[in-house]
Amino acid sequence: MQPSGCLKKVNNPRVAIKRINNPRVVLKKRINNPWVVLINKQTTQGLRIKQFKNLKLADKFKVTIDGIPTEVEAGTSILNAARQIGGDIVPPAMCYYSKLQGSGGKCRTCLVKVSKGSEKDPRPMPKLVASCRTNVMDGMEVQNITSPEVVEARKGVVEMLLINHPLDCPICDQAGECHLQDLGYEHGAEATRYEFDRRTFQKIDIGDKVQLHMTRCILCYRCVFVADQITEKRVHGILGRGDHAEISTYIEKAIDNDFSGNVIDVCPVGALTDKTFRFKNRVWFTKPVEAHRNCPTCSGKVTLWYKGEEVLRVTARKDEFGEVEEFICNTCRFDKKATNDWVIEGPRNVSRQSVINSNHYDKLQPAQVVKKNLELMEANKEQFERATKF
Amino acid sequence: MESLSGRKKVLEQKPMNFWERMYLPAILKGMGITFMHMFKKKETIHYPEQEREFSENWRGMHSLKRDEEGRERCTACGLCALSCPAEAITMISAEREKGEEHLYREEKYAAVYEINMLRCIFCGLCEEACPKEAIYLDGPIVPADYLRKDFIYGKDKLVEMPIKELEALKGATV
Repeated sequence: MQPSGCLKKVNNPRVAIKRINNPRVVLKKRINNPWVVLINKQTTQGLRIKQFKNLKLADKFKVTIDGIPTEVEAGTSILNAARQIGGDIVPPAMCYYSKLQGSGGKCRTCLVKVSKGSEKDPRPMPKLVASCRTNVMDGMEVQNITSPEVVEARKGVVEMLLINHPLDCPICDQAGECHLQDLGYEHGAEATRYEFDRRTFQKIDIGDKVQLHMTRCILCYRCVFVADQITEKRVHGILGRGDHAEISTYIEKAIDNDFSGNVIDVCPVGALTDKTFRFKNRVWFTKPVEAHRNCPTCSGKVTLWYKGEEVLRVTARKDEFGEVEEFICNTCRFDKKATNDWVIEGPRNVSRQSVINSNHYDKLQPAQVVKKNLELMEANKEQFERATKF
Repeated sequence: MESLSGRKKVLEQKPMNFWERMYLPAILKGMGITFMHMFKKKETIHYPEQEREFSENWRGMHSLKRDEEGRERCTACGLCALSCPAEAITMISAEREKGEEHLYREEKYAAVYEINMLRCIFCGLCEEACPKEAIYLDGPIVPADYLRKDFIYGKDKLVEMPIKELEALKGATV
């Protein structure tokens, strides 16, 4: 491995000395930083001691991610700053979940390169950092997909995640909406280099509606955080350490809570599955429709997954980063599977690239000419009516 | 008008001469060719009794394969149905129970697997899409039938015979 630029700078004593010897440079830069106002005091030893006089919250921090500048509030993580920009530069995240406090920092898929630490300290960070756990600084420059180092590292992380994850997407229910599958497709190699037996587990029933297959688990801890935050008391967690770590409940105790079903939505892989939907159908043959109902325990806003006239599955609505918008209760998820339980809002927008969108027809998008001309509108009347009928 | 491509041929019709007007020589010539074919090798075969050799990349009736231990390879992933341009394939999957490990290779299997042979265009995309090497179009020509419903082939017709039964059958015929 070649030493990266950041290492060189740290190792070079001259650079460091220069910076210390020139107090004016330091002073000027630091005072310009709105985050902290420093007073430099001359002590008896002749050393400068930093003192925090006034910790003022800065209005906005300037960050540049892959060359795209943006302004975010202080205390935002790099990942969230990237999500505010959106698009291809958003680092993938397998364990971080914005709705779950404390999540993140476990899977390392969101690694990014910080090529400039901040305005006052422009040195790059010595290693790739987990963007979900690193907060932005003013003037920070971050490289994600523009850095080959990051792409290479992410490829390694994907391979690491897939060491024990079985390569049986044809069987798994999550296939088609699985983040690990997307990640493997984008970054991973085609074949595995792992020659040993993968660790396997027996399937465990967590409650009567949720099934856990630890073989598929990547230990992202999201379900544990769900149990911690959404439910009142948690009855499952991680048992064992290191390679022996597994999600389990003591003596297979059932999770008995109104919101326990959310662990299914939160799971980035197919480790926690809905027993009422398990192996019923493939995700891409079902049609997602947004609906809501007047639910006393939750918001009642869900996505119904139709096959023909039958509701096969009910899930919470997920945003563009695959995160649940609002957690839903178990009654909505498992028990309300008839169309007349719900008020239908309309078909869910599925991205054009998604396999779920295959063989589905898009909305009618008439050409501009048709929209402007009344005669043409009249001529295409039948098509417009058909399109608005849903 | 003059042809732009210059490939147009103008047919000239001359008046027929005496021998041509007789017709008989032309008829005799034609009959001669017909009789000559009676002594040549026949190009046709008696189809159901006789069959032609298929080429190596021939795509005929589908078969669902078994693995070395005689377990069904198909895991009902639905990729064949997804890739099918004619929408000919449908299936219902089921979870393998304990004690069925000798029947099905993976933890999920196709409880019902149907191909509508009237819809199928034998393009081979299902074969290409299959991640488990379970479906191959290596069978014979799909036979004719009288009713439309008989063209929907289920697992009874598609799944390969288990090795034991196949050997028993061979033993019986020998």
